[in-house]
Amino acid sequence: MQFEYKIKGGDFSEAGTISSKLKKILKQLNIDNKIIKKVVIALYEAEVNVIAHAYNGKVNIDIDTEKIEINIKDKGPGIENIAKAMEKGFSTATSKVREMGFGAGMGLPNIKKNSDKLDIKSKVSEGTNLKIITFLNK
Amino acid sequence: MKVKDIAEKLKLNIFSGEDSLNTEVNGAYTSDLLSDVMGNAKADSLWITMQTHINIVAVASLKDLAAIIIVKGNKPDEDTLLQSKKEGISILGTDEQAFEISGKIYNLLKEK
Ligand SMILES: Nc1ncnc2c1ncn2[C@@H]1O[C@H](COP(=O)(O)OP(=O)(O)OP(=O)(O)O)[C@@H](O)[C@H]1O
Ligand SMILES: [Mg+2]
Repeated sequence: MQFEYKIKGGDFSEAGTISSKLKKILKQLNIDNKIIKKVVIALYEAEVNVIAHAYNGKVNIDIDTEKIEINIKDKGPGIENIAKAMEKGFSTATSKVREMGFGAGMGLPNIKKNSDKLDIKSKVSEGTNLKIITFLNK
Repeated sequence: MKVKDIAEKLKLNIFSGEDSLNTEVNGAYTSDLLSDVMGNAKADSLWITMQTHINIVAVASLKDLAAIIIVKGNKPDEDTLLQSKKEGISILGTDEQAFEISGKIYNLLKEK
């Protein structure tokens, strides 16, 4: 099963809509609740990161009998130092974004913790590509 | 204990979600950081926060939280209210600050 969604950078009012759709789909597929919770956290954080840090993005979701694979590809400033970005507390969010309660530097650590496989590729001034894999039978 | 029992006992304002006040409460989480709530709050918890913007509804809904309690007399934004009605999330409010209301909720939940 495959789904594709678009994300517009800067549009915080839309944050979470794709995660919400995926949550409904996974419920209908009778996927284990623990797995749904993990996937929803990871995708929400990835969605918000595109909105907060990039210009626009595309989410591709591929569900088969073994796993849920989510690819989030954005056009944006990219991440200069991925290891640093993965650290809890590291954030380049603007003060306006922080006032809203984003920018704690917890998003990428949340994604890492709630995925079985995480692959981040990024090019400065071009964009970032996240691959999040969650296995269904573990 | 249900959301409505806690709302009654602590005289909370009810901004929206009258229909979901019968949700059973199983804990509470106090935080103004969305990623913190996303990563750490448990389902069926109350969420105590000073945030009032629309994103709190998505977080509460995605995490299956019992209700949101906005502190210090703040009111949810207009679009937050609309969205909470759409998603069936209760938003409550109090004039008290987070520490005080969290303490009271802690005691109530310990009691049951
Ligand atoms: N898609 C992206 N494009 C560009 N930079 C990014 C992207 N995702 C993350 N980053 C960079 O990595 C940092 C850490 O990301 P992370 O999600 O952990 O925290 P945050 O988004 O700043 O805050 P939080 O997620 O807690 O609201 C960001 O501040 C930003 O500098
Ligand atoms: Mg983030």
